[in-house]
Amino acid sequence: MAVEASRVDGEAVALEFSNIVLAHRPQIFRFLLASTRDVDLAETLTQECFLKAHRNWDGFRGESSAMTWLMRIAINLEKDHWRNRRLAFWRHARTNSVDLDDASDWLPSGERSVEQQLIAREKVAQVWEVVAKLSGRQRTVFLLRYVEDLDLSDIARATGLSEGTIKAHLSRALSKVRTELRGN
Amino acid sequence: MSFRRVSQDEPQMDESLKQTLKDYRSSVHAWSAAEYSQPHRAVRIYKTSWRVAASWGMGCLLAFASVAGGVYERQHLKEQAKIAAVEAARQQKIEAEQRNASEDLFAKIDSDVSREVPSAMEPLAKMMVEDSTE
Repeated sequence: MAVEASRVDGEAVALEFSNIVLAHRPQIFRFLLASTRDVDLAETLTQECFLKAHRNWDGFRGESSAMTWLMRIAINLEKDHWRNRRLAFWRHARTNSVDLDDASDWLPSGERSVEQQLIAREKVAQVWEVVAKLSGRQRTVFLLRYVEDLDLSDIARATGLSEGTIKAHLSRALSKVRTELRGN
Repeated sequence: MSFRRVSQDEPQMDESLKQTLKDYRSSVHAWSAAEYSQPHRAVRIYKTSWRVAASWGMGCLLAFASVAGGVYERQHLKEQAKIAAVEAARQQKIEAEQRNASEDLFAKIDSDVSREVPSAMEPLAKMMVEDSTE
């Protein structure tokens, strides 16, 4: 009887976790893709994130949302990945190896004219460039706010930073975007 | 779509910047959605194993080169020291031979030129002996 009950519990937990994966995997992948600009690396880190989450699922107490918790794991994994790459030159070369024009190609045309689309594409390419040059923290905060649309308290929980620090990072990042856009 | 305004303290943005950030967001979402639906795993595994193999190969080569370099350097120093020791011994031998030759020569000269010389004070001594007997 007890064995049967624990088996049913185990199945319920597996089902719950599988729903979490289905619901949040695209978002985690998107954040890691925007942050690393490397499809293979983003996929690998996403898999590692859910593997780690699965191992620690019992420890998740629901104090924050599952999304915030997963995002925190993803951010730490990405940080560890770059930290483990001790050769700064290689890190730099790899980061710059992504063609940013390709990324800015993914712009929905909407109701705009061809000229407007070209201008918008150029501006988006500039934002990609600025984001690539931001520090790790600034980039993370910027992406969580303006790509994942998280509010400051969720960003604070995901990054472990205070809201004041997040505001400062956002302000600096936006200032860099503005400067780049004006410079054109 | 507009970004959720979460705080009055958040940086102010003009419409143009807002639109650019929305476009940027759309591009990230579209790119991610397109990549997410494509299989990449086989490529990744291949690339990873190739990179790992290359890293190990390079690491082994570097380790071998370092060890071989160290051994060669040590051997080279040993040979240098041996040559220096032989050279020093040869030099010492030559110096010793030269010294011996000089000493023999001086000894020969001494023996050739030396002779018995009567004591210059002998007559005076005799006179002093005679005076005292008288």
